[in-house]
Amino acid sequence: MSFDVASVRRDFPILSRTFNGKPLVYLDSAATSHKPTSVIEAEADFYRLHNANAHRGIYTLGEEATELYESARSTIAGFFGVTDPARLVFTRGTTEAINLVAHGWGRTHVGAGDTIVLSEMEHHSNIVPWQMLARATGATLRYIELTDDGLLDLANLGSLVTERTKVLAITAMSNALGTITPLRQLIDAAHAVGAIAVVDAAQAAPHMAFDAEALGADAVAFSGHKMLGPTASGGLLATRELLDGMDPVFGGGDMIREVFHDHSTWNDVPYRFEAGTMQVAQQVGLAEAVRYLQALGMDAVRAHELEITRYAMDKLLDAGATVYGPKDVQGRGGAVSFWFRDVHPHDLAQVLNEEGVCVRAGHHCAQLVMRRYGTPATARASFYVYNTAEEVDALVTALDKAGDVFAL
Amino acid sequence: MALDEIYKEVILDHYKSPRNKRDLPGAAYTCSRNNPLCGDEIRVSANVEGDVLAEVTFQGAGCSISQSSASMMTEAVTGTPVAQALDLASAFRGMMAGDVEPDEDRFGDLVALEGVVKYPIRIKCAVLAWDVLQEALQGDGAASGTQSH
Repeated sequence: MSFDVASVRRDFPILSRTFNGKPLVYLDSAATSHKPTSVIEAEADFYRLHNANAHRGIYTLGEEATELYESARSTIAGFFGVTDPARLVFTRGTTEAINLVAHGWGRTHVGAGDTIVLSEMEHHSNIVPWQMLARATGATLRYIELTDDGLLDLANLGSLVTERTKVLAITAMSNALGTITPLRQLIDAAHAVGAIAVVDAAQAAPHMAFDAEALGADAVAFSGHKMLGPTASGGLLATRELLDGMDPVFGGGDMIREVFHDHSTWNDVPYRFEAGTMQVAQQVGLAEAVRYLQALGMDAVRAHELEITRYAMDKLLDAGATVYGPKDVQGRGGAVSFWFRDVHPHDLAQVLNEEGVCVRAGHHCAQLVMRRYGTPATARASFYVYNTAEEVDALVTALDKAGDVFAL
Repeated sequence: MALDEIYKEVILDHYKSPRNKRDLPGAAYTCSRNNPLCGDEIRVSANVEGDVLAEVTFQGAGCSISQSSASMMTEAVTGTPVAQALDLASAFRGMMAGDVEPDEDRFGDLVALEGVVKYPIRIKCAVLAWDVLQEALQGDGAASGTQSH
């Protein structure tokens, strides 16, 4: 249950770049991942050999494009344990997928006096669409708070998720803290009161086996670009029941059955949610990324990241960094937020850049998390299949340089 | 090492020992803002005698670029007429955009921030204090109106 990281690295052409004469040490895969040659070639081959609009052309080329697009749908749905490809609506990523549920389903199923339950560790993309829905409907937002250890505080779950709750929207893995959430318990709590459970799998899907079917969530949102696929790939996996009860948010070509002067009728699920020309080449590229991950094995991906995350956390703590989120690596993913001595994360990231080391500095689109832990920003190192212990060492060496520059 | 170009000694000095970093209770002008990108926060307060900035202070937290720029700014504009301070603010913004020469006679210590020009994402950090000063003096900052963005 492991793979050869050196051989994996050879599949990623960008890793041969250097900056300031130093090899690229890319520790920002939680923001976006790099792409293996097979994915780059799959997207390029689509344009080179099969390019046409999907679902339109009668000619053979159009049939090829449609076939590639639809077989990508089956491949990607299958990666999440879903055998019915119609339950996968393609979107340009997690943000669009969550907005689709919030506006397409929420506007007709959520009303004044209802509640929407989120957590304080959500990415802004799993907060703002629900705020917009609450504002439009008169519903109220409720937040599951966080413990000092970076876990969800579930002591009050029973009083938060009530008969008035229509939606529980929760991340599977925090992008700012790394925390893996107890989805089973949360989804059961939502279903017990008749609410839908919406899962933000942007961080979890790339890094661990994620069986949406076994989980039983009503909707799962994910981004292809974080899981070795092209930008603007990704989707919304949902139950047939939810999709059948959801209104289209975008109107336009291909999402209709018939158009009259004053109204239109909708195409079948999932096409009614895919207005206009979609990101065909990108989803075809994502299918290739899924095959790449399946060949590595998601359990092996997780095992590799556990190993490197454990190593990184030990090294960071040894170096005197403050690490946010769970200290037990089994309960977290490979996104490690930290603050090093007195060095502001922005200054830290700048010094690391000179050493070829890429980390994220800022609030990570999770301002509620920053506020909860009383910091305006953190530095974040995040890991993926191509990262090595040597790269963690390069990070720690560069930290010391930053410490020297900014010693107060 | 290229780091010397951005983190010049004078910047680190102002960062580690900020000048005029204190509250100014009852100030005629005050305004605060943050840079959502990195969470830098700056509040600028000022008192005017006649048309001269008699006292300019700042409070805040953030990266070395935002905080040193604020510290140098308070030194540069204290004792100057309001109009001249506003001119300096736009000249400084011009320097950060690469449009205005980093003339030491005109900018003093502030020329040290010229290295930031090469890092476009950090320019916002450098100009934050100046935006706040301008808003304090010209915008809703008068008589302790406070704006946050």
